[in-house]
Amino acid sequence: MTPPPALEVAGLAYAYPDGHQALFGVDLTVERGERVAVLGPNGAGKTTFVLHLNGILGGGAGTVRVAGLPVEKPNFAEIRRRVGIVFQDPDDQLFMPTVRDDVAFGPAAGGMRGPELEACVQRALARVGMAEYADRPPHHLSFGQRRRVAVATVLAMEPDLLVLDEPSSNLDPAARRELAETVRSLDVTVLMVTHDLPYALELCPRSVILGGGLIVADGPTKELLLDAELLAAYRLEIPFGFDPGRA
Amino acid sequence: MGAGHTHKLYRHGVSRVHRLPAHVKLVAAFCFVLVVVATPREAVWAFGAYAVLLAAVVGAARVPPGFVLVRLVLEVPFVAFAVLLPFVAEGPRTEVLGLWLSESGLWGAWNVLAKGTIGVAASVLLAATTELRALLLGLQRLRMPALLVQIASFMVRYGDVIADELRRMRIARESRGFTARGPRHWGVLARTAGALFIRSYERGERVHLAMVSRGYTGTMPVADRAGTTAAQWSYAAALPLAALAVCLLGWSLV
Repeated sequence: MTPPPALEVAGLAYAYPDGHQALFGVDLTVERGERVAVLGPNGAGKTTFVLHLNGILGGGAGTVRVAGLPVEKPNFAEIRRRVGIVFQDPDDQLFMPTVRDDVAFGPAAGGMRGPELEACVQRALARVGMAEYADRPPHHLSFGQRRRVAVATVLAMEPDLLVLDEPSSNLDPAARRELAETVRSLDVTVLMVTHDLPYALELCPRSVILGGGLIVADGPTKELLLDAELLAAYRLEIPFGFDPGRA
Repeated sequence: MGAGHTHKLYRHGVSRVHRLPAHVKLVAAFCFVLVVVATPREAVWAFGAYAVLLAAVVGAARVPPGFVLVRLVLEVPFVAFAVLLPFVAEGPRTEVLGLWLSESGLWGAWNVLAKGTIGVAASVLLAATTELRALLLGLQRLRMPALLVQIASFMVRYGDVIADELRRMRIARESRGFTARGPRHWGVLARTAGALFIRSYERGERVHLAMVSRGYTGTMPVADRAGTTAAQWSYAAALPLAALAVCLLGWSLV
């Protein structure tokens, strides 16, 4: 029997309590080990979509399954272990007094203790190249370091699906490259939400475009980026001087 | 890890006092302050004895005395009130340096000043020898309500973030030619405070989302559970017990 896909979203629709409808029936399947970019302009419903993947938002139509497990209340603890979301602002993500405590937070909430927890923290920090910063308070790190620690906080939970929300925002080119290297070195399914098209091309062989609360395009990243008409229709733009055909 | 990685009240060091578990130190400092507060104010010598006891702890912790003395300054706004007491209190008056001051007011001022100073010195010493994170864990181990510990821990984590946000807002204001001069500009400052409140509130919501995403269900996991030995408790008890002896002597002599 083939294992279920890492992520299966079917007919997902959601309206905020104030009546604003953000998602109109999203369908998306991501296979294990894939790296997929979700592209879309500001306000396309990207963050709303992400918050459905671990059940923070819900109650609308449609279903979400993570490695076969439906995202429903009785499964939330397991779902939140399986889905690691790295939020856009690392200061929101890193809320404990030291890096070590923060990385330990997720596994400890899942019941891990003692030397096993410490080994797990060290492993996660090593995977993002931040092992020597365990005892620092997060606010003494640079922005790029904080973002990598934020990635470690969810890696410590050994997620099946790593979700990165605008991972390249506010990073200088070196930090951007370091994060890309980190992401590429991980053996995990990645869903990357962004409007940074070169970054999507660099990291994700496949992309989907989320526009007006629907998946409007799905294909190899390069093909999507070469379709100028499609990009223009959804307010996506290739930065000046960048040629996806030659990248 | 140098001082740059910790808070300003902490002084990194290696001593028996530094090594004591935080919750043991918290209990010792709390009991010491209770005993000091319970001492009769007329037993003036007793407060000198307390100061000597604290000085002994400063010595044992190898904290430079100047480090503690400078930090005592943070008491000043709180004791300003004590200075007023001799002028406003009722009762018989006595002459001090040409001023007619209330006797009970003078005793009241002395009471606030002496007990306040000893209490603040004990707290500064506790903070100088204990890292913030350890203090929070100590409070947690002492069964302080988890919610209060969490609030304190978030204050520690986000104090700098919010101060930085405020600084950026001030720079943005000043870059557009605004400098606060007098009450006419208080409106702008009030709006800044309002904006900061809303930003912090929204950040709180985002932090909560991030916590729930990582399995938060209302309690913070306690990471370390190192045991405490009887020797550590008895070493820490030396300060409050010595103070208790002074206090009892004070009551029997008054």
